[in-house]
Amino acid sequence: MLSDSIRNIRTIAKRELMGYFNSPVAYVFIVIFLLLNGFFTFMLGGFFEIGEASLARPFFNWHPWLYLFLVPAAGMRLWSEERRTGTLELLLTMPVAAWEAIVGKFLACWLFLAIALALTFPVVATAMYLGSPDVGATAAGYLGSLLLAGAYLAVTVMTSALTRNQVISFIMSVVICFFLIFAGWEQVTSLAVRWAPDWLVNTIAAFSVMPHFTNFQRGVVELRDLVYFISVMVFSLFTTSVILRNLRGA
Amino acid sequence: MITVENLVKEFGPKKAVNNVTFSVQRGEILGFLGPNGAGKSTTMRMLTGFFPPTSGKVTIGGHDIAENPIAAKKLIGYLPEAAPCYSDMTVRGFLAFCAEMRGLSGRAIDDAVNRVAGLCFLESVLHQSVDTLSKGYRHRTCFAQSIIHDPEVLVLDEPTDGLDPNQKHEVRQLIKRMGEKKAIIFSTHILEEVEAVCSRAMIIDRGTVVANGTPSELKAKAEGAGSVTLRVFGTAAETVKSRLSSLMVAGKVSVSSGNNAVNARVFPRDKNVNGELAKAVAELTVKEGWKFDELHTEEGRLDDVFRAITLPDTVKARND
Ligand SMILES: Nc1ncnc2c1ncn2[C@@H]1O[C@H](COP(=O)(O)OP(=O)(O)O)[C@@H](O)[C@H]1O
Ligand SMILES: [Mg+2]
Repeated sequence: MLSDSIRNIRTIAKRELMGYFNSPVAYVFIVIFLLLNGFFTFMLGGFFEIGEASLARPFFNWHPWLYLFLVPAAGMRLWSEERRTGTLELLLTMPVAAWEAIVGKFLACWLFLAIALALTFPVVATAMYLGSPDVGATAAGYLGSLLLAGAYLAVTVMTSALTRNQVISFIMSVVICFFLIFAGWEQVTSLAVRWAPDWLVNTIAAFSVMPHFTNFQRGVVELRDLVYFISVMVFSLFTTSVILRNLRGA
Repeated sequence: MITVENLVKEFGPKKAVNNVTFSVQRGEILGFLGPNGAGKSTTMRMLTGFFPPTSGKVTIGGHDIAENPIAAKKLIGYLPEAAPCYSDMTVRGFLAFCAEMRGLSGRAIDDAVNRVAGLCFLESVLHQSVDTLSKGYRHRTCFAQSIIHDPEVLVLDEPTDGLDPNQKHEVRQLIKRMGEKKAIIFSTHILEEVEAVCSRAMIIDRGTVVANGTPSELKAKAEGAGSVTLRVFGTAAETVKSRLSSLMVAGKVSVSSGNNAVNARVFPRDKNVNGELAKAVAELTVKEGWKFDELHTEEGRLDDVFRAITLPDTVKARND
């Protein structure tokens, strides 16, 4: 029953989210996220020097790199901790389908990241105050940033199901997410085209988050970019369910 | 309520559970005995749908756990061996979460939490965080979780492990009370527990069921079960032995003397005849006018049966 599924997902997500806010780690995480955001935007991004009060470049530009470490840190425990403490056995013998548990955990952590992202709003307010940034483009940037976090998080959910060790889960997801950036990062692709055929570089780059994320940054919301991010999430979460099944079938 | 047919679980080349078949009805408490590594936990994990079996079939209340897992799992309460709990929650929060996962909502959640907290003596720690609990409390918290939805089927993997003697006693009483209306299977390696609680016991060794019956049926399999012990004063050992041997129902008789008493042990000729031997011995004692201060029938000890059945294999396994 769909209503049962929604109910299960909500119960699991609620527990997980409360887990975040019941521990100081969540607040430390948010503070670090905001500090780094401010640092990158104002110091490295040259928000003040550019002279245009646009958010696109200085603010969102850093998110693929910022998330590279912060998202795996936030999600690394999702399944590995269940495996380590044995609560996996409790959870999966309750009347709940594995996919419901996976989605519930994913949504909880995604919501947590969304809250952290929403708290960057003072940056936007500053920009609004200093100039008149394109509100639509800013919204697109936020949407892209949220989807990017979701894609990384889905990868982290997958790696956390692979091991009972959070640190290993963290490292694996950083490596995969790094590949997702690297394959389509302009600095890399512009070098790669010198010795590899265009079609190859473009094909590999198409798997990367970068070309898709850059579109959002420019204020363009295109269906194929949405499809890309959603595919990464669905694929990773589906793989998670396969991993969990194999774990028990061993 | 629980039926298990030809259940097999292989881990690589190793058969952890080998062709196990049994069933548990409502109102029955099945004690699941076996040495460490016998396959008790693995069997329970298949019953509760955590491990899919390599082959074989499990149905809970008519629902096949492989084909209709959600319906089957709804009927089950499960206490895993490690008694895992979410340690970042309070006891109340944890139990409320489990209640919600079991489909309860609103007031029903609070009522259920309070009910199981009472049954499992958790009232004093309800607001404490799970990770600050002592082992016994954590164990009981997980136990409480298993009965929060008043399930028809209870699967308990070593429910009294890590409890002190008083708590053990309470938990046994609780299981026994609940067993009147539920189908319960619980594993243990404490034999007195089986006698105290179970209506039926099953011994499993290296994945295979080696004995299955009521505790008294199992005890009757013990060596020496059904023999009669007698202690007589002031009569010669030879006389006692010859008189006892002349009884119709008596088989082998052994005597030993010391402290001017004679200890005699009479084995029945036919092991399946109950009670006859003690009566015959008592009549003889009176007729002969022997002074005695002890006369009783050995019931047989579950320990002996357990060791006799499982020891050779354990030794073999160690030597492999
Ligand atoms: N996940 C697993 N992977 C491989 N072997 C396992 C696994 N779980 C249990 N076993 C093996 O199966 C056998 C039975 O274990 P278990 O069911 O835990 O025994 P018991 O609960 O009776 O002590 C043991 O030899 C154990 O090593
Ligand atoms: Mg066990």
